[in-house]
Amino acid sequence: MAQRVLEVNNLVTCFKTNEGTVHAVNGISFYVEEGETLGIVGESGCGKSVSMLSVLNLLPQPPANVSADSIRFQDTELTKASKGEMRNIRGSKIAMIFQDPLTSLNPVLTMGFQIMEPLRLHLGMSEEEARNRAGELLHLVGIPEPHDRLSDYPHQFSGGMRQRAMIAMALTCNPPLVIADEPTTALDVTIQAQIVDLVKRLRDKFGMSLIWITHDLGVVAGLADRVNVMYAGFVVETAPINDVYMVPRHPYTAALLRSLPRIDGSQEEQLESIDGMPPELLELPPGCPFAPRCAFTKDICRQQNPHLKEINPEHWIACWVDITTGKVR
Amino acid sequence: MNNDILIQVKNLTKHFPITRGAIIQRQVGAVQAVDKVTFTIRKGETLGLVGESGCGKTTTGRTILQLYRPTAGEVFFRGIELAKLKGKQLRRARRNMQMVFQDPYASLNPRMNIGNIIAEPLEVHKIGDRQERRERVQELLRLVGLSPHFLTRYPHEFSGGQRQRVGIARALALQPEFIVLDEPISALDVSIQAQVVNLLAQLQQTFGLTYLFIAHDLSMVRHISDRTAVMYLGKIIELATRNELYGHPLHPYTQALLSAVPIPDPIRERKRQRIILEGDVPSPANPPRGCRFRPRCPSIQDLCKQKDPEWREVAADHWVACALYN
Repeated sequence: MAQRVLEVNNLVTCFKTNEGTVHAVNGISFYVEEGETLGIVGESGCGKSVSMLSVLNLLPQPPANVSADSIRFQDTELTKASKGEMRNIRGSKIAMIFQDPLTSLNPVLTMGFQIMEPLRLHLGMSEEEARNRAGELLHLVGIPEPHDRLSDYPHQFSGGMRQRAMIAMALTCNPPLVIADEPTTALDVTIQAQIVDLVKRLRDKFGMSLIWITHDLGVVAGLADRVNVMYAGFVVETAPINDVYMVPRHPYTAALLRSLPRIDGSQEEQLESIDGMPPELLELPPGCPFAPRCAFTKDICRQQNPHLKEINPEHWIACWVDITTGKVR
Repeated sequence: MNNDILIQVKNLTKHFPITRGAIIQRQVGAVQAVDKVTFTIRKGETLGLVGESGCGKTTTGRTILQLYRPTAGEVFFRGIELAKLKGKQLRRARRNMQMVFQDPYASLNPRMNIGNIIAEPLEVHKIGDRQERRERVQELLRLVGLSPHFLTRYPHEFSGGQRQRVGIARALALQPEFIVLDEPISALDVSIQAQVVNLLAQLQQTFGLTYLFIAHDLSMVRHISDRTAVMYLGKIIELATRNELYGHPLHPYTQALLSAVPIPDPIRERKRQRIILEGDVPSPANPPRGCRFRPRCPSIQDLCKQKDPEWREVAADHWVACALYN
């Protein structure tokens, strides 16, 4: 079996607010193997980003409150890591690419300075070496005349170029794990295709593990090896990519896939919609969080929240009901 | 399909001036947001208008409704030239044309309750008395799948999907024939998008509405539209019936755009050949000479540099502006 780069057990994140406690992530466990791409899909507010920020210890505590049985990265236990150790891991071992490159870049510093910063900080390069390497990195992500562009400011880059530069920054230290948080959501489709293509190429070249967070089930289909589907702070289904799309077993995944129109026109005439809305994270229902919107709801669903169960090799779902028969398992 | 033409757009152009100087303003250029677009919308159909951000989709929709006055060109609604109408006449014409906006958080006044928001068009056009308007609003709420009791609530109490339903109810208040839907679902979550799209389709059937559906989600446009137009940098570059456009795209940009859209199917997705376009969309303030797609086009000809490709009907109901088909 391949080595697990990251393994998270029972991660819980909540936020204290004036209205009460927001339960953003409710005891999720997952892992990423070496060289593997894990897709994390779900709608806004389902805890995709918060769970990753929790792993990297990037949430201010308070108001956040993060706890986990264990978060293991390679040989380091992140829950016990000191501030200095965490800082070392972030950027050099685990890199993150954010959704909106414009807000994650500093507008008053040149692109060159921002790309060189991790090189000098983590790799101890000199100004000269860092400048050369920064130019190489921009060249690697396909920015024309890279050495000249180093003195440009972020606003002088287009949206797609900024995201390329972010990817270059993430790759500066050859990290074993890259977490991409909706990196193409703010981009147009043709630019999205460029970026996905670039990430695939770089992933295969450097053999890194990748976690790709998105709400777009289409992007993940061409990219991931395995997918976690999240809903209301829970992982409700996790399986190899083909299983999730071909034989989804959680009612939420199945309904979500049926509600998508397809560019090749292969869907039904009428889109199937999921009634209602995701639950308020301030007060989760006692049973399964999807029960109020589910087409298969039974009595037990409203009383007890199901745990993840392996129903086929490597295919785990958190659901009381077998959707192929409509009966309780 | 009914072939009556409801809206005819001829050489519609909208340029926004770029000025310099604080006190004495001089015009130093123009953003060519929409440049000489020509198309028709038939009664009862949904025309999809797709393109990437900044290509002029929204400006086209707004200029048709005269929310922006066109720089040049004409818009006919049932044969009446809208650009020539003013004041009272224009207001009367607007009863038949409404708009649903993209951002349901910005398009509803946070200080007005839902009842007043939906009744506002009725008040502006002096339709009915207080009681009648109230009843009409309740009826509209029911139509869009909201409870009539929501009348006294305020926008912040609603989710994005519910707000968009309120926006749709407001657009329906005057029983218009034509609605411009400006990215009505792009701010919504995936599971809510299908709800709103199904509602729009059902309302269209019930009231025989004509839609201009503006979106950047090509899959959704394929689902909802009868015919689809593709815009690039202020120009409509291809227009055809849905199956024709998605099945046999002619313009190199349409081909690239369609190939870039991911399919939620891992097996097919891995086998697909993508046309990856180089570079970015140029600025509409300084578009390239000749064909506007030229700098990124994979099948460029000598002719493309010299002149703007003609807008031609190359097959029945299939229009394209590209030198390859001249």
